[in-house]
Amino acid sequence: MNNFTYTPTNSAKEAIRLRRETPAATYVAGATTLLDMMKVNLVEYPQLIDINALPLTGIEQTTDGLRIGALERMSDVGEHRLVVAQYPAVSESLLLAASAQLRNMASIGGNLLQRTRCGYFRDAAFPCNKRVPGSGCPAQHGDNHGLAILGTSEACIAQTYPGDLSVALLAFDAVLTLENAKGKQRRVPITSFYVLPGQTPHQENILEPGELIVAVTIPAAEHARRSTYLKVRERTSYAYALASAAVGLDVQAGTIRSARVALGGVGTIPWRSPEAEKILTGAPATDETFRAAATAALRGAQPREHNGYKVQLAQNTLVRALQKVATT
Amino acid sequence: MTDFSAFEPSKGGVVGQPVNRVDGHAKVTGQAQYAAEYALPNLTYAALKTSSIAKGRIKSIDPAAALREPGVLAVFTHENLPKMAQTPNTLAGKYAIYGMHMAFMPLTGNEIFYSAQPVAVVVADTFERATQAAALVQVTYEQARPVASYQSANAEVFDPNGQGYVFDLKKVVRGNPQASLAASAVQVKATYVHPINHHNPMEPGATIAHWEAPDRVTVYDSTQAVAMSQSSLATILGLPQEQVRVVTKFIGGGFGCKFNLWPHTVLATLAAKAVGRPVKLVLTRQQMFTSLGHREDQEQTITLGATKEGKLTTLIHEKTSTTSPWDIFAEPNGAILNWLYACPNYQSSHRVARANVMTSTYMRAPGESPGSVAIECGLDELAAKLNLDPLEIRLRNYANLDPGTGQPWSSKGLKECYARGAELFGWGKRNLQPGVTRDGRLLVGWGMATASYPVRPAQGRARVRLYADGHALVQTSATDLGTGTYTVITQVAADALGLPMANVRFELGDSTLPTAPASGSSVAAATVSSSVYLAIQDVWQRLTALAVRDSQSPLFKALPADVVREQDQLVLRTNPSKREKFSALLQRQGLADIEGVGNSKSGEGYEADQIAFDNKPGTKQTKRSMYSFGVHFCEVKVDPDLGTVHVTRWVSVMDGGRILNTKTARSQIIGGSIMGIGAALMEGTNRDEQYARYTNADLAGYHVPINADIPDMQVEFIDGHDPYVNAMGVKGIGEVAMVGTVAAVANAVYHATGKRVRSFPIVPSKVLGSDAV
Repeated sequence: MNNFTYTPTNSAKEAIRLRRETPAATYVAGATTLLDMMKVNLVEYPQLIDINALPLTGIEQTTDGLRIGALERMSDVGEHRLVVAQYPAVSESLLLAASAQLRNMASIGGNLLQRTRCGYFRDAAFPCNKRVPGSGCPAQHGDNHGLAILGTSEACIAQTYPGDLSVALLAFDAVLTLENAKGKQRRVPITSFYVLPGQTPHQENILEPGELIVAVTIPAAEHARRSTYLKVRERTSYAYALASAAVGLDVQAGTIRSARVALGGVGTIPWRSPEAEKILTGAPATDETFRAAATAALRGAQPREHNGYKVQLAQNTLVRALQKVATT
Repeated sequence: MTDFSAFEPSKGGVVGQPVNRVDGHAKVTGQAQYAAEYALPNLTYAALKTSSIAKGRIKSIDPAAALREPGVLAVFTHENLPKMAQTPNTLAGKYAIYGMHMAFMPLTGNEIFYSAQPVAVVVADTFERATQAAALVQVTYEQARPVASYQSANAEVFDPNGQGYVFDLKKVVRGNPQASLAASAVQVKATYVHPINHHNPMEPGATIAHWEAPDRVTVYDSTQAVAMSQSSLATILGLPQEQVRVVTKFIGGGFGCKFNLWPHTVLATLAAKAVGRPVKLVLTRQQMFTSLGHREDQEQTITLGATKEGKLTTLIHEKTSTTSPWDIFAEPNGAILNWLYACPNYQSSHRVARANVMTSTYMRAPGESPGSVAIECGLDELAAKLNLDPLEIRLRNYANLDPGTGQPWSSKGLKECYARGAELFGWGKRNLQPGVTRDGRLLVGWGMATASYPVRPAQGRARVRLYADGHALVQTSATDLGTGTYTVITQVAADALGLPMANVRFELGDSTLPTAPASGSSVAAATVSSSVYLAIQDVWQRLTALAVRDSQSPLFKALPADVVREQDQLVLRTNPSKREKFSALLQRQGLADIEGVGNSKSGEGYEADQIAFDNKPGTKQTKRSMYSFGVHFCEVKVDPDLGTVHVTRWVSVMDGGRILNTKTARSQIIGGSIMGIGAALMEGTNRDEQYARYTNADLAGYHVPINADIPDMQVEFIDGHDPYVNAMGVKGIGEVAMVGTVAAVANAVYHATGKRVRSFPIVPSKVLGSDAV
């Protein structure tokens, strides 16, 4: 860890001004992932601008849906009655993540920006295109047991976002409110927030320098109300997903009116599956339909040597999640 | 015949009772001082810079940028590390320096042998400055192609031919295994593959070195072995042992990785001398994967031959594992097969390959733990082939004598363990057919395995000072890993002195105290409790000697042999009305206190005419084989679609000789079983083949079980004192706790699914995978 200056602020304007003065500085909220990376010299910032005092909290019903301030904590959002009632998958994705201690610290905005857990990224002694563009990707032929099978490239097969929340937000068409260095806000659907690695895996999302995530809004929908998040991992808690599925179904008289499907753990970015949704929509809510949807969702998978199991695992995870919501 | 009546609960004894930890309050209130927590004046902080390559040479190393940082006092590299009187490098391949496990000392040359090998030590006035400066040391390397493991294409696997150190790794043959195998009615051959495991104690390796004079140093170190570390450091530093003091009052877990002295402690001690101030060095979690050894990656093949009735005729064990560039070290997995079951023909052999990795080391039941996977899973496979109940096949092969030596056992309560465990678990209701028991979607499996671990040779001394005011101080250099040594020894001393526990203070963890063995190989509780017990017998004998010569004592002129003790009094056996409190005797004698010493040795039991320790050539006494035993039963539920395995029930019943405290003992068994569940289902350190470097070296990547992985665990002990093992009849339970546990889980997974996963850990990919049969 390098020496750094720590500067608390209490307004977005001030935070953005500080960031403009020191472009190499970064914002910090819960610090649950930032400090881990600083401790092993993966990132070195001369200044941390503490934004915890910014007025970016609150969980409120709006005409666009439920608006969640970016500085709300994972535990508070996961347990919030409106989230539990209207977006069970979002609540579950939060409460199945990390540990109680981390959930109490970690902010929603920070959660969306967590970095990959790829072992090659996490150790500066390895080459990594995401960390040092052009240096190479030993994961392609190395320890790729836990890495992605969808949206991969020859430059990177890491899950840019390894967590859970964004998978659920992606399924239910959440919209991020961003505020830039000039104090101007824009709204970006989470479906276009993360960027596929391609040849530039160091570019992970569409945030501009200094831009802050200030809120997340999730539209209300019947398929969101009837939803679940299923997470499969190598221990029962406090582990990243090998595969996960956020699904929502609006089933009426045995027929699926609308469906939402997103997968975690298998894509280089949180993975929405329009292919699966297309098969589900209008079809009977049967195991056969679910199996066909799962097959479609993984059709483009490109496993490496050690992660081929993820095709079957993700399919089974998706089927199980769909079965669960169909019968609730 | 030794009188243990003072330990009886009916007489107010506390030995064996589930007494709370005497150090519990200090620990939960932060008053317990761990090695890194001594706030010495002028303390400085060290940080390590480690190599980014696994094999090659340092071309250049430039500390200039680090030295320019404010507060930086020194940067040590191979170019300026202070000289040592002896380095471990000089005698590679042997136990180079007693207690120094690895025959290599970093910073003694420019060659890189393993990834994350220390290349520089930076000392600064704050931890933060040292850490930042370490990152600023500039190193360039000339890189060579490393060997990652015994499995690598460029690895050279060889037979160490008895040249292994610590464990000689000789081929052992008993009977005629090849012929008996060929003649056996049924054969099973299976290969089990194990990844690297790391101990990952909560407290990392930590050292504060403080030179109190140019030739006298105190080292606060997180070590399981203060006396051995003292000896190792004295050799390396060229000092008389007496001028090196090692202090370890509390340890936050070790599991074997803190048994020996490792380079970081030496580096901190050398740095402290050079900067003339105390130096603290605490390893980071990442450095914990490359500083204190590990359980080596290995594969083991077992071949079993048996009759149609399931009686074993042959056991052949072959192991291949990775060792370091200097040492030939491997866990002796095959050893346990030589004593666990009655089998007339036996063979065990090892092969190793040198790779660019530090030397592996002891990890809870080294040898017996992975070895028990071979025999206990192998026997399960044999039982399945013969359509026999797994417990029944173990009973059919029960060894009434040690099959390896033909000797009787010092004690063996294994049959009682089996019976009680099966009863608690409900084993009799098990369906013999695998893959058919369901709980909704989930497959249910029941597995079991035998546990055993030797009573290792060990000896140690203790000193007891009994004050006339009714308090006592008990001292040895033993350590408490966190397992309860403080507590159980206080219980023994209280009962043996006839004092309440509150009046006994037990001091440990300081090399200036009477030498005790390291906490390891399950010898600590056994040896220390016995030496303390003997020291207290010594105190009573001295008191008796005083009393019978004291004309004012009621016991004046009594025969010492007729004087017994009751609580805190000396009593004439032939006339119990003649009695006297020790405090009255001491006061009359003008003595503030009286001291006794005791020496305990494994094999010197309380049956004085029966020396069991089988390392005494030429004795006519009956030699006895000394082992702890036990059994673990496990239920798992497997999701066949998702590949997840959950342990849902657990029963352990153990024979560890005398149990000093059923609460701390239960915690030991639970801890060992959880470690086994971890090794079976989730633990493994992964390594990149090309770079020979770990890819999951932190606690987010290396999964140890968390609470949600572990069910309520039922633990019982067979009540049995072993009269031959030592003065207290304690056999030890720390290691046996883990033996068999991995196999119990794996056997349960087989019973649930009908698939044998022979590669550990059994993660979802393998349960789903087609590689299992």
